[in-house]
Amino acid sequence: MSPALSSCLILVSWNLSPDDGEEKEYVGFATLPNQVHKKSVKKGFDFTLMVAGESGLGKSTLVNSLFLTNLHKDRKLLNAEERISQTVEITKLTVDIEEKGVKLKLTIVDTVGFGDAVNNTECWTSVTDYINQQFEQYFRDESGLNRKNIQDSRVHCCLYFIPPFGHGLRPVDVEFMKALQDKVNVVPLISKADCLTPTEIKKLKEQLREEIDKYGIKIYQFPDCDSDEDEEFKRQDKELKESSPFAVIGSNTVVEVRGQRVRGRLYPWGIVEVENPTHCDFVKLRTMLIRSHMHDLKDITNDCHYENYRAQIIQTMTSKMNADKRVESPILPLSTSGVETEKLIKMKDEELKRMQQMLQKMQQQMHEQDL
Amino acid sequence: MASSDVARQPDKGARPLSLAGHVGFDSLPDQLVNKSICQGFCFNILCIGETGIGKSTLMDTLFNTNFENFESSHFEPQVKLRAQTYDLQESNVRLRLTVVNTVGFGDQMNKQESYQPVVDYIDRQFESYLQEELKIKRSLHNYHDSRVHACLYFISPSGHSLKSLDLVTMKKLDSKVNIIPVIAKADTISKSELHKFKIKIMSELVSNGVQIYQFPLDDETVAKVNTTMNGHLPFAVVGSTEEVSVGNKMVKARQYPWGVVQVENENHCDFVKLREMLICVNMEDLREQTHTRHYELYRRCKLEEMGFKDTDPECKPVSLQQTYEAKRQEFLLELQRREDEMRQMFVQRVKEKEGELKEAERELQSRFEQLKRLHADEKATLEDKKRLLDEDQSSFSKRRAAAQLLQAQSLTANGKKDKDRKNSGFM
Repeated sequence: MSPALSSCLILVSWNLSPDDGEEKEYVGFATLPNQVHKKSVKKGFDFTLMVAGESGLGKSTLVNSLFLTNLHKDRKLLNAEERISQTVEITKLTVDIEEKGVKLKLTIVDTVGFGDAVNNTECWTSVTDYINQQFEQYFRDESGLNRKNIQDSRVHCCLYFIPPFGHGLRPVDVEFMKALQDKVNVVPLISKADCLTPTEIKKLKEQLREEIDKYGIKIYQFPDCDSDEDEEFKRQDKELKESSPFAVIGSNTVVEVRGQRVRGRLYPWGIVEVENPTHCDFVKLRTMLIRSHMHDLKDITNDCHYENYRAQIIQTMTSKMNADKRVESPILPLSTSGVETEKLIKMKDEELKRMQQMLQKMQQQMHEQDL
Repeated sequence: MASSDVARQPDKGARPLSLAGHVGFDSLPDQLVNKSICQGFCFNILCIGETGIGKSTLMDTLFNTNFENFESSHFEPQVKLRAQTYDLQESNVRLRLTVVNTVGFGDQMNKQESYQPVVDYIDRQFESYLQEELKIKRSLHNYHDSRVHACLYFISPSGHSLKSLDLVTMKKLDSKVNIIPVIAKADTISKSELHKFKIKIMSELVSNGVQIYQFPLDDETVAKVNTTMNGHLPFAVVGSTEEVSVGNKMVKARQYPWGVVQVENENHCDFVKLREMLICVNMEDLREQTHTRHYELYRRCKLEEMGFKDTDPECKPVSLQQTYEAKRQEFLLELQRREDEMRQMFVQRVKEKEGELKEAERELQSRFEQLKRLHADEKATLEDKKRLLDEDQSSFSKRRAAAQLLQAQSLTANGKKDKDRKNSGFM
């Protein structure tokens, strides 16, 4: 008597609840979300965040403010003369944090010395190398025999700090973002926004958006929300999209404002509250990064950037193989022959289409002649 | 030449006298002041800093005017300098102010050569002053002094330390110009951070041997102020040309959602200190330092390069004139030598050419003779042949004549015979 589930295209919604008085058929898959929730809590989450930008723009302070902790205990900062010929060093810091039973393994990747040297040509090569290394590691793990415990150390998001002291993007900003746009989700931020008045912030954001378009930099785009979400969510989403890039302020200190203790910066002329939406976009960044789009960032890294890398790697491997004529790794799929036959099929398809069109034309002509 | 501030040592040959009444030469400083007011003053500031760090805004705020600067782009391929000269007037004092800004400083990927255009500019100004000084007919009192008197170096408010580019540039400039480092956009640093930042900057400058401008402590009237100010270096400044109403006044300030940063409030930033130090108290000292210290250093290096010395190899003082003479002689001798050389070369070449031509002539002559002989030989052969032919011809014509005669004779004989026959026949 259960409704035939043969045509799965028909959306039938039942009111299924085991507490119904009437004898309704209860299948029970409405509890799937709960099951997913339980499993994921048990498994725990991981997230890798990369922060990039020149020294002194407040990267570490912002990370501390985002995760409400003090990640860097004793940091040794280099002197100016040591930084003259500094090379970029990638440092990784992993912490385990927990909130309401949900465990998060957070990895912060810092680019130390980026843009510090006097000669900064190609200073991002170590960054791209690092990201590629993580992809390679995952690729190997994925193709291995024992895939039980794959550690995902791929970089899910890169926060790029743009200094607020200039008039827009600088050459080093453009080059860095272009080098990374196909490997990681790049989120540009205006750092130390407490040196800009609201009009200046607006002007700078417009300028940055224009320049990002002009140079064709592919930054992370928020996905459009579904049309059946409620109005509040849609409004929030629209607001988020319009205030990109975010102008943020970070703080390591807690100050007292209006009887409350909040994170902020104390100046002789006033107190900047980090979490005040009229002061800066920190709240929006936190919402986007942690509360709503964290998983989306991971998905895009997995589906888009990683797949690109994988396809590239496989192609280079097979082209090398064809050149060497040696069978090496067993994990190679039949992609080359597949790709070639696909190409042939496509060609034949196009030919067929053309001939069909010609045929149609001739038929039309004959028809007209008959008339 | 500038007079030194230090009190003059009593001359050994002169004995100090005391005056019995008021003579009146105590008005000398006033005369000097009046004269310089009539002439007008001249001041040149160089502002070095990254694009967008607030150089033009600070200049506008310092001199309370609008210098009409436009924003530059971040994508300049090289560092350039833009100099603009303005005439300002306050009460009855006229000031010719030149503001030189760097364009594109700190934007390139490779900043190793960023300091070079700045150093070149400063050297050029020194060079043109030196040229004017060395002229025969010179007008130094009319000369528009374009040497850089003060250099404001804008430090980016990272809060940690100096940037590597800052260190490299300041090291190259400290022996050429008075450097006054300022922390730009200081409204992004809180008080505690600022204190640490200033200490870090000064320690880095000292440990790298960068000599920045120290306010002078010789004059008692300003020594005390200057000492305190020296302790506040580098000044943390905020610039703004917009006015915001605070209380019941309109002041220059920046309006934020969390408060108003007043430019002229000593609690908020060091702008007032900078203005006082740069303009009110030490402007003249800056000019003097530029002339006596930096310019003299440049001049000495330049002249030594050209070969001038103060003492000749026997360590006896040599005047400029003698050196000039010596140099001139040397030069003339050199010229003479060159001329002789050239002449010799010329003569040699001419000889060579002559030889060649003679050779060619001789060759031609011999060929001519050869040809002539050939020609004569051929002519002789031809003559012989002609003679033979003539002989042949004459013998042939003789034979022909003989043959003809014979033929004619035989004909007549035959005719007679025929007649005879005929006649005989009839008989």
